[in-house]
Amino acid sequence: MAKAVSTKKSNTIKLKFDTSWSYAPAPESKSAASIKPQYDLFIDGKWTKPQSGKYFSTINPANEEKLSEVAEANAADVDKAVKAARNAYEKVWKKMPAKERAKYIFRISRMMQEKARELAIIESLDGGKPIRESRDFDVPTAANHFFYYAGWADKLEYAFPNRTTEPLGVAGQITPWNFPLLMAAWKIAPALATGNTVVLKPAETTPLTALKLAEIIQESGLPDGVVNILTGAGATGAAIVNHSDVNKIAFTGSTDVGKIIQRAIAGTNKKATLELGGKAANIIFEDAPLDQAVEGVINGIFFNQGHVCCAGSRLYVQESVAKQVIRKLRDRLESLIIGDPLDKNTDIGAINSKQQLDNIHKYIKIGLKEGAEMYESSCRLPSKGFWCKPTLFTNVAQSSRIAQEEIFGPVLSILTFRTDDEVIEKANNTPYGLSAGVWTDKGSKIFNMTKRMRAGVIWANTFNKFDPTSPFGGYKESGYGREGGLHGLLPYLNLVS
Amino acid sequence: MEKTVKKSSLTISENGLEKKSSTQRLEVLKTYKIYIGGQFPRTESGRFYQPENAAGKKLGNICLSSRKDFRDAALVARGAFGGWSSRAAFNRGQILYRMAEMLEGRKIQFIDELIQQGATKAKAEKEVMQSIDRLIYYAGWCDKFQQIYSAVNPVASSHFNFSVPEPMGVVAIIAPQSDSLLGLVSVIAPVIAGGNTCVVLASETKPLCAITFAEVLNSSDLPGGVVNILTGKPKELNEWFVNHMDVNATVYCENDSTVKTMMREKSAQNLKRVFFYESVKWDSEAGQSPYYIMDTQEIKTTWHPVENIAGAGGGY
Repeated sequence: MAKAVSTKKSNTIKLKFDTSWSYAPAPESKSAASIKPQYDLFIDGKWTKPQSGKYFSTINPANEEKLSEVAEANAADVDKAVKAARNAYEKVWKKMPAKERAKYIFRISRMMQEKARELAIIESLDGGKPIRESRDFDVPTAANHFFYYAGWADKLEYAFPNRTTEPLGVAGQITPWNFPLLMAAWKIAPALATGNTVVLKPAETTPLTALKLAEIIQESGLPDGVVNILTGAGATGAAIVNHSDVNKIAFTGSTDVGKIIQRAIAGTNKKATLELGGKAANIIFEDAPLDQAVEGVINGIFFNQGHVCCAGSRLYVQESVAKQVIRKLRDRLESLIIGDPLDKNTDIGAINSKQQLDNIHKYIKIGLKEGAEMYESSCRLPSKGFWCKPTLFTNVAQSSRIAQEEIFGPVLSILTFRTDDEVIEKANNTPYGLSAGVWTDKGSKIFNMTKRMRAGVIWANTFNKFDPTSPFGGYKESGYGREGGLHGLLPYLNLVS
Repeated sequence: MEKTVKKSSLTISENGLEKKSSTQRLEVLKTYKIYIGGQFPRTESGRFYQPENAAGKKLGNICLSSRKDFRDAALVARGAFGGWSSRAAFNRGQILYRMAEMLEGRKIQFIDELIQQGATKAKAEKEVMQSIDRLIYYAGWCDKFQQIYSAVNPVASSHFNFSVPEPMGVVAIIAPQSDSLLGLVSVIAPVIAGGNTCVVLASETKPLCAITFAEVLNSSDLPGGVVNILTGKPKELNEWFVNHMDVNATVYCENDSTVKTMMREKSAQNLKRVFFYESVKWDSEAGQSPYYIMDTQEIKTTWHPVENIAGAGGGY
């Protein structure tokens, strides 16, 4: 695709990964998962045919094979779901003692744990992410999120001293395709714990685990209408946002759509939580443990194929160690295993969709055109499906589009700096402010940096860590509101004195 | 103790089992033993007592635990503290939830024992349900009370300074005499939710469900030694619960001013923290609160410097 950087001699010892070591295929079995050929809409506790009669396919991005087809909800379906949610809110959910509400949410968490293997397989099939990630991260974290928020349901008076809390009503929630089940959990769990009811729309390319979650919710005995799950594309999402009887919008997705939502609800009293794009700076100081930092940078940008809003997509390396770090990164890049998402050894799976792959390729072309030097893994890519080699750009200018805009793929832009002030200036010079990383052995420097960086989540000597107890969300154009932790409750509550 | 043929206690349950009395079959009686370090030994003293219910029916031969039993239990509680307190808070929550699951599954047995101890069926049922819900309540607190009671302190110097609760260690608990299940659960749950381990003396007059509760604990992924349950007489053991030099805190639930004075005095030996829960209505909302967790927590403050390059500015 492009000119590769010539390999110069370096003083650092090159790790030899190209030995006789190789991995035998270790695929997870698909037989532990059951996917129906067709899914309807989950409205008022029942599977309901879409009014339009239309269905669309969802495919496996690793081989482009159709997995299932799901219903396309139109405005009439959305209206039906909102009515069901309103009815459940007024008649059942609002009135239920909080500790009973909690027990439903605990149940959902437990059932997700019971079905963890199936959920992980479907997540990898539908989204392309490595099974290692869906099995060890997405699914357990999603279940834990329900467990955590379940416990809050009857403890809200401790979270907001000197105030009483009221749920908002019906929450319209729209989730992205990068962490389909986890994002559904981030949305549904706090909404239910605080006493709201839900209409949720999963992303059109990855609807299956949300529908599996609907099955779990049905099995859990949660009262009808408390959670409604509608599949569809942008128009369905717009119908939710624009519905007059929705009290709250929770959206995770692009900054562009976030802005559209904010405009759309401007004339209403709807509350919103927007969790949008990012262009995180990951900063390596010369005193950092470099091998650990390199691992962190690799994880920061290649986790989930780089389809992570908080991905560490801008690397700032202190000049004195830049050569060494870049060398180590290139070596490490070569050792990443790209391929079958269901293989337990896979590090990098498939790009989520053709559209996203095109977008990533567009940015790689821009990077080259802007004069940055590219280095990509020499790995072979499967012939079918959507794939992108893990890619590094060096000599990237601060003003370059690949240093300014969110690529949302396995592409890292590397820049250098000399002083603290310089790197703070550069790191904060972005409209985004979701996350950041800092690598140094000096604790006092960590706190200096974290204090001065304008981002909602900052990782020090680690990256891409998530926990149900820990709030997540952005500054500036990365959106507002927090999900997770104690702070994730407020976006779903009115405080009354 | 009636060792004669009697009706199965299951006849009083509502689940349809054994509606007709099974007079043909001799019931197997349960041996109630104490619970130390995840095992069910008899008291080392070999002694027993026979509590009776209001109707004068003997409840069984119950272990009359000794000072030595308490010391054994305190030792294993100390041994279990490191592991339990370093579990992730979330994991402790999962285990407390599992305890509730196990209790739910065995509620008929608890209702039965509460009835044997003199409760009405309705009261017994209510007590068991409330005990289950109380475990769920504290399961939820395991990874939340820290968020409420921690602080980042805005000190004036260039330091990052934060204070967090940490468990005290081994807590010795003399459980409430009434509410023999709910009271027991209500004093154990907050102590272990916060990462402590404990030695508990069950209700003297109503000890049955305390030991059966130990069986619930034993099948709940709760590591052995985190909760140790003794049966016996508070009159004999009160002193040792507050005298032991390797116990960090003592909880006492009765309103006996002589005992309370003794406890305040003895606790001074190692500045043991003593808590009196004498007038708590365990069957009300007041019977549960994160403040019960906080009673057996210390607060740890950590200072860390923040590099401060004076005048460097570097604003945003």
